[in-house]
Amino acid sequence: MASLNNYLLASGLLFAIGLAGVVIRRNIIIVFMCLELMLSAANLSLVAFSRFHPVNGLPDYSGQMLVFFVITVAAAEVAVGLAIIVALYRARQTIHTDELDTLKG
Amino acid sequence: MPWVLLFLPLIVVAVNQLILKKSGLAPCLSTASSIATFIIALLLLKTTGLHSFPWATIGDFHIDIGIQLDQLSTGMMIVVTGIGMLVHIFSLAYMKDDDAKARYFTGLSLFMFSMTGIVLASNFIMTFIFWELVGVSSYLLIGHWYQKDSAADAAKKAFLCNRVGDFGFMIGILLLWGITGTLTFDQMVVPETISSGVLSAAILCIFCGAVGKSAQLPLHVWLPDAMEGPTPVSALIHAATMVAAGVYMMFRVQLSLGTDIFQGLAASTVIAWVGGITSLAAALMATQQDDIKKILAYSTLSQLGYMIMAVGLVAGEAGMFHLFTHAWFKALLFLGSGAIIYACHHEQNIWKMGGLLRKMPTTGITFGIGTAALIAVPRVTSGFWSKEEILAAAWSSNKPLFGIAIFVAFLTTFYMTRAYVVTFLGKPRSKDAEHAKDVGPLMSFPLMALAVMAIFSGYGFMSQNLNVYRPSVEETGGHTIILAASVISLLLGLAAGFIVYQGKQKEPISIPLFKNRFYLDEIYSKYIVGYLQDALAAIIHFFDELFINRLVVDGLGRASVSLGDWFRRLQSGSLQRYAVAFVIGILLIIYITVF
Repeated sequence: MASLNNYLLASGLLFAIGLAGVVIRRNIIIVFMCLELMLSAANLSLVAFSRFHPVNGLPDYSGQMLVFFVITVAAAEVAVGLAIIVALYRARQTIHTDELDTLKG
Repeated sequence: MPWVLLFLPLIVVAVNQLILKKSGLAPCLSTASSIATFIIALLLLKTTGLHSFPWATIGDFHIDIGIQLDQLSTGMMIVVTGIGMLVHIFSLAYMKDDDAKARYFTGLSLFMFSMTGIVLASNFIMTFIFWELVGVSSYLLIGHWYQKDSAADAAKKAFLCNRVGDFGFMIGILLLWGITGTLTFDQMVVPETISSGVLSAAILCIFCGAVGKSAQLPLHVWLPDAMEGPTPVSALIHAATMVAAGVYMMFRVQLSLGTDIFQGLAASTVIAWVGGITSLAAALMATQQDDIKKILAYSTLSQLGYMIMAVGLVAGEAGMFHLFTHAWFKALLFLGSGAIIYACHHEQNIWKMGGLLRKMPTTGITFGIGTAALIAVPRVTSGFWSKEEILAAAWSSNKPLFGIAIFVAFLTTFYMTRAYVVTFLGKPRSKDAEHAKDVGPLMSFPLMALAVMAIFSGYGFMSQNLNVYRPSVEETGGHTIILAASVISLLLGLAAGFIVYQGKQKEPISIPLFKNRFYLDEIYSKYIVGYLQDALAAIIHFFDELFINRLVVDGLGRASVSLGDWFRRLQSGSLQRYAVAFVIGILLIIYITVF
C-alpha cells in the first residue's frame, strides 16, 4: 500500500507540472487547464492527509469535505473562466497571453 | 482710562474699516476719537502708575502688555494727541475732495493707536511691536496716493530704511535683555560687572532703531521722500511725533538704566556726533531745496539731529524739551505749507509762489510765527528756550559740537528766511499764487492753535502745567557766550537771507552739492544697491539655483521619475511574469513563516 509520502510526491509533481504549464504556455486555455491541474494536486494532498490522519479509527473527514467544496467551486470557476476566455476572444481575436499586454506600463 | 486712551483709536480703525468704509462717517469718527483721546490725555496729566496684564507666558518668562504713566509718557501724550487732534481737524478740510477719505482717516487712527502704544509702553517688546506698527501706518499714509509711482516708491523706501534700523534695534533689545535680565523699563538695573564695551554695543544697537525712525545719518534718506504723502500726514508723522519716537525711546532707555551710566560712555559720544553731523548736513541740504515741503523736511532732520545730540550729551531733558516745542511749531509750519499748497492748487515749488502774505494773511502770519519759533527768536518764542538748553548742554560737555550747533542755528535762520521771503514776500510768480485765497476756518483754526503753542509752549507755566521734561534752570558757565552766539547767528542768518533773496525772481546762488543732498541717494543706489545688494543677490541666486532649484526641487522630481521608470518595468503586461512573481512571493512568505 502506498504511503503518505507517495501521495504527497504525486501531488507535488502534479502541482509543479501545473505551475510550469501556467508559467510557460502561451495558450490561455492550456494555462487554464494547468490551473485546474494545480487545484487537483491540492485536492489530492488533502485527501491523502485525510486518509492518513485517523480520528477514532476513521479517516478525518473534514479534509474530504474541503475537497468537495473545492471541486464545486472549481466547477463554477471553470464556467466563469471559460466564459471570460470566450468574451476575450470575441474582443481581441486572440487567446495568446503574449499578445494580451494592454496593462504594460 | 489709560486703556481707553490706548485702544479707542484701534476700535475706530476696526469700525471704519469694517463698517463705515463706504459711508462718509469715517472722517468724523476718527476726528471724534482724536478729540476724545486728547481729553483723556489731559485728564491723565500728572498721574503715575503702571497698568499691565500678561500677554504671553513661557515658563518664568512673560511678556506684558502694560501702560506706564509717568512724567515722560503723559507729557509726550499731550504732544501726540494734541497735534493729532489738530491734524485730524485740518485734514477734514485738506482731504475734502479726496476719493479715499475713509482709508486716509483709518490710517490716521491706526497711526494714533501705534504712537500711543510706543509712548505708553512699559516694556521693550511692546515698544517694538508698536514701533513696527507706526512703520506700517507711516507706509500706508505716505503711499496714500499710491497711483503716483513716486508716492509708492517713497512709501517702500521709508519702510525699508526703517527695517534696516529696526534690525539693529531688535538685536539691541535682546542684548539689553541679556545684560539686565528684564524687558520691563522700570525694572532695569545694569549690573556692576558688565563692561562698558558690551553696554555701549547694546545701546548703539538700540540707537540703530532711533537712527531709522528719527531719520539720522546714514538712514535719513527716507524722510525727504516721505513728503510724497498728504501734507497733514507729514505734519503729524514726519515732523511732530513718529520721527521723534527715536528721541523719546532713547531718553526712556536712559531713564530706565540711569543717566549716570551714560556719562562718558563711548556710545554716548557716537550718538552725540551722529546727531550733530546729521543736523549740520541736513541744514546744508535745506538751503538749496526748492520744494517747500522738502525744506521743512530737511529742517526736521536737522532739528532731530539737535535732539539726538542732546540725548548723546546726556542732556535728555533738553532733548525732550526741544522735542516738545519743536513738535508744535514744526506741525504749524507743515500745516501752513499744506494750506499754501492747497491754496496754490498743489504747487510746491517756492519759486512759483511769492507775495502770499497779502493773499493769505492768516497763513502768512502763523507761518511767520512758526518760522520765528524755528529760528529761535530770543525770549519770545518757544524754540529759543529749548534750543538754548541744548546749546548749553553742548557748551558744557563738547565744544566742537557747540560750534556745529551754532553754525546750524545760523543755517536754520538762513534757509527759513529764504523760504519765508521767497514764498510770502515779493510779487506772485505764477497764476496759481496770484489767485491764492486764504483757507477756511477748519484749516485756520489748527494753524492758530498751533501758533499759540509755538509761542507759549516754551514758557515756564506751560511746561509746568503740561508736565514736560525741562532741564532745571541753573546757571551753567558761559551763559552769556551762548546767548550772544545764538543771537549773532540769528541776526547773521536773517541778514544773509534777506540780502540774498529779497526781491529775487529765481535762485541767485546754486550749489549743486547741497541741492543734490551730497549725492547720498545716488551713492546709495550705485554702491549699496548696485554692488552690495546685487552681489548678495547674485550669491543668493547661485545658491538658490544650485541647491534649492537643482538639488531639492528638480532632484526630488527626477528621483521620483526614475523610481517610477524602474517600477514601470514591473508592469510588463505579461500574464506569465505576474504568475512567476506571484509564485516567488508565495515561496518567500512560506519561507519566512516556516523557517
